[in-house]
Amino acid sequence: MRRPSGTTIALIAGLAFLYVPLAVVIGYSFNASKLVTVWTGFSFTWYGALLADEQILNAARNSLIVAFTSATLAAVLGTMAGYAFARFGRFRGRNLLAGSIAAPLVMPDVMTGLSLLLLFVALEQTFAWLPGRGLITIIIAHAGFAMAYVTVIVRARLIGMERDIEEAAADLGAKPMTVFFGITLPMIRPAVMAGWLLSFVLSLDDLVIASFVSGPQSTTLPMVVFSSIRLGVSPKINALAAILIIVTLVLLALAAWMSRGALRMRPAK
Amino acid sequence: MQPVIAVESVSKSFGAVTAVNGVTLDVRPNECLALLGPSGCGKTTLLRLIAGLEAADRGRILIDGADMTHAAPYARPVNMMFQSYALFPHMSVADNVAFGLKQDGVKGDALKARVQDALAAVEMEALAQRMPAQLSGGQKQRAALARCLAKRPRALLLDEPMAALDKHLRERTQFELMALRKRLGIAFVVVTHDQSEAMAMADRVAVMDAGHVLQVAAPREMYERPASRRVAQFFGDINVWSAVVGLAPGTVDIPDLRLAVRIPAALPSAGSPLSVALRPERIAIARDPAPMGDCSVSGTIEDAVYLGMTCTYFVTLSSGAVVRVTAQNGEGAQTFSRGDAVHLSWRPAALTVLAA
Ligand SMILES: Nc1ncnc2c1ncn2[C@@H]1O[C@H](COP(=O)(O)OP(=O)(O)OP(=O)(O)O)[C@@H](O)[C@H]1O
Ligand SMILES: [Mg+2]
Repeated sequence: MRRPSGTTIALIAGLAFLYVPLAVVIGYSFNASKLVTVWTGFSFTWYGALLADEQILNAARNSLIVAFTSATLAAVLGTMAGYAFARFGRFRGRNLLAGSIAAPLVMPDVMTGLSLLLLFVALEQTFAWLPGRGLITIIIAHAGFAMAYVTVIVRARLIGMERDIEEAAADLGAKPMTVFFGITLPMIRPAVMAGWLLSFVLSLDDLVIASFVSGPQSTTLPMVVFSSIRLGVSPKINALAAILIIVTLVLLALAAWMSRGALRMRPAK
Repeated sequence: MQPVIAVESVSKSFGAVTAVNGVTLDVRPNECLALLGPSGCGKTTLLRLIAGLEAADRGRILIDGADMTHAAPYARPVNMMFQSYALFPHMSVADNVAFGLKQDGVKGDALKARVQDALAAVEMEALAQRMPAQLSGGQKQRAALARCLAKRPRALLLDEPMAALDKHLRERTQFELMALRKRLGIAFVVVTHDQSEAMAMADRVAVMDAGHVLQVAAPREMYERPASRRVAQFFGDINVWSAVVGLAPGTVDIPDLRLAVRIPAALPSAGSPLSVALRPERIAIARDPAPMGDCSVSGTIEDAVYLGMTCTYFVTLSSGAVVRVTAQNGEGAQTFSRGDAVHLSWRPAALTVLAA
């Protein structure tokens, strides 16, 4: 047998650093004991308990609604922005738009959350819009920052794509809308879907921004997890965390696989 | 006869680069016009201006007499075949061909029939359901051609249609394209930087250089009576020498050849500089001096290149100038090798006078 090389060991150490904590949570979620740190046996008890917990089920429903809606919004807006950056050349306000789209990527979540909260409060006081906040405000906030990721992915895909295919469509008599929906969109679909999945995961996992902009009735899963942890770690939360981790990993892997496909799918030479 | 496409003093710049500079050009009905020129001279840009994929800075473009200078690409009754073929990668060959027809509102059986016709014209029926990624280079070219032809355009713009094909396939495709063009009665504008391809396909050739059209003429006329030194050098091999009009009427002094020749053409006043050009195949090469009356010079073979049907010799004269000579190979043909002393001769009428 070959001795593992230094890089292999470094790789294993790195992966362990990243994934052992997750593995521990997943492992303990099958623990029969009520005490989180004492292993007594394998059981699905806590998963059953999860399903019986009204508060958690409600939060899960909220999270899914928010993630699905905000990811879809982000995919639409991000695709439009990415298309503008890649295809419209130098237009007025290009730098301003680029800056404002990239801002959530570099701004601390706390700042994003706080400024959005102030905005929503101001809107409520001035126009009586979005009273009390709720899922809608979380959706707006999530769509806003996830859109940045979709923009980056779609723009990269469009820049890597020869323009002559779209030009050929126009030359064959297709109006701009037909070119976009008939030719451009099918060709960048993997990138858009990867962006959607990434947005979905980002929304599902976000605690900070959601906490700022949510209303009393709009608790999401990360908020439930966080607030229960403060009362002590419960094995039920382990089970919930395990489910979240698995869902996140699967979606991220899917997104990575799709954007890899997106990079590979070059126009016919 | 009204031209299918009329380009009137059109210019187009990209920043500091003027890609097309005051070009005026007509494309006649049913003709094949070749755009020939070195890389970067603006051939693709001119084609894209006609197709509407670039906006002209100045000038007008008329298609069938209608001003289309500012019309969108989808509104112009011409189609372009891209150098990369630009097939839609997510559609089968048949769907690629159907795409343009659907934009015109062709539906149902009519659509099917026209897709079939277009595919049959390029012998691609059997591959109708293939995806572009599953086609060879030649098949992609045919699919792209069918996609344009299905629209029955007034003119077809082809950007280096043979560039991606190997030599053998290229020659066959040239013939097929021309046969197809005659059958369908569509004008072709073909971009190429291969002079022999232009000669094989075109009714007329437009030679471009640095954004300008230098000359538009039938291939034979272009070859035998080039309008300028630049055209002569670009269109086939040629010897060009600087010369001045001699003191004796009707003569030209060519310092490189140490020769004064009587030229049967109208000449400017004595002492004016000009150029004299001579095609290499118009020169006879022999060991013995030429008969009286012909122009003749002597020199030494610098290099001999055997090309099968012909041999090309580079002959150094006493002045140091090198003359290119092409001689037919065949029964009884004399051959020469490096270092041989030879005499070159030609009839004065073979010389072409060009502007300096
Ligand atoms: N989109 C563009 N932006 C900037 N410059 C351009 C653009 N398109 C063409 N050019 C420039 O315009 C000039 C003419 O280009 P064009 O593509 O028309 O040349 P061409 O004759 O087709 O050359 P080739 O035989 O290499 O295809 C070149 O100098 C090129 O660099
Ligand atoms: Mg070109």
